[in-house]
Amino acid sequence: MDVAQQDKILSLLGEKYADQILHAGTVFDFFTITLKKDKIVEVIRELYDHPETQFQYLTTLCGIHYPDLEQIAIMYQLHNLYTNVRLRLKIYLPVASPTVPTLTPVFAAANWMERETYDFYGVVFEGHPNLKRILNVDDMIIFPMRKEYPLEDQVRQDKNDSMFGR
Amino acid sequence: METGLGNVQIAEKPAGIEGAGFFATSLEKVVGLARKNSIWPLPFATSCCGIEFMATMGAHYDLARFGSERLSFSPRQADLLMVMGTIAKKMGPVLRQVYEQMAEPRWVLSVGACASSGGIFDTYSVLQGIDRIIPVDVYVPGCPPRPEQIIDGIIKIQHLVESESLRRRDSNEYKAMLNTYGIE
Repeated sequence: MDVAQQDKILSLLGEKYADQILHAGTVFDFFTITLKKDKIVEVIRELYDHPETQFQYLTTLCGIHYPDLEQIAIMYQLHNLYTNVRLRLKIYLPVASPTVPTLTPVFAAANWMERETYDFYGVVFEGHPNLKRILNVDDMIIFPMRKEYPLEDQVRQDKNDSMFGR
Repeated sequence: METGLGNVQIAEKPAGIEGAGFFATSLEKVVGLARKNSIWPLPFATSCCGIEFMATMGAHYDLARFGSERLSFSPRQADLLMVMGTIAKKMGPVLRQVYEQMAEPRWVLSVGACASSGGIFDTYSVLQGIDRIIPVDVYVPGCPPRPEQIIDGIIKIQHLVESESLRRRDSNEYKAMLNTYGIE
């Protein structure tokens, strides 16, 4: 995305939500705006409705655990299908109580994505119509993609650490 | 023995007493012989080991030579549950239900590293060996095993089937073994 487009999106957002923007810039070749979590759904609805932006397709939504910051980020990736412009939004939640309003009123597609994020990171999406595990077994008691949980299954007995250089 | 069937192999008769017009042996041996040579397998194929199983059933390796011509896709008619492939934890209850639906006597063949131990998938979502939920009779190692190895496993199963006591499934030891898996 060229700088003119980035500035246009930023100035449009800045009209109403200047206080929400924490950081904006190109990260890993992808224009990314970091926002406060409070009005995230409002902001996305604005980006959806505004004739200049029209981000009307939710490509994906996921969690990211930052153990050093003790935060869980939620990443929303939006796509304007008219102009083929993509935008990434990021919010940070405290790992102790990761709650954020659900995006399902704006994008129905967010339903399963938010369930997946809940399943793997334990993020609670307030107002979600059916917030339960989607991929893992229902009786799982951990959120497996959080870094404090080891990837390996702890019941495994046949692996000798000395054979794996650990 | 001249059978009039050309090259068709006839199973060896068990040890017994033979005379003019009669042959006497124990019922157990006859039942074992019949069961051994007519095992109906239920393939539970979830990944690449299943592809090797298809080769095993194909013309080159032809499991039908060992009396397993007829695959059973209903657990209620199957004698042998062949588990081939990675079993995710979410699949676990399904596999267990399939096992519970099989009628006694039933045997289980665990084909490949994943079914036997979880294999390379040492992770939160994969069952670390099907013997954590159902009893297994024979393990076939390999990732995936070649059809020869699967046939070797089947022959080991045949040996178990042939030599199993008719009363084994009624014994308290057997029931206790099932109880350790939480199966009534």
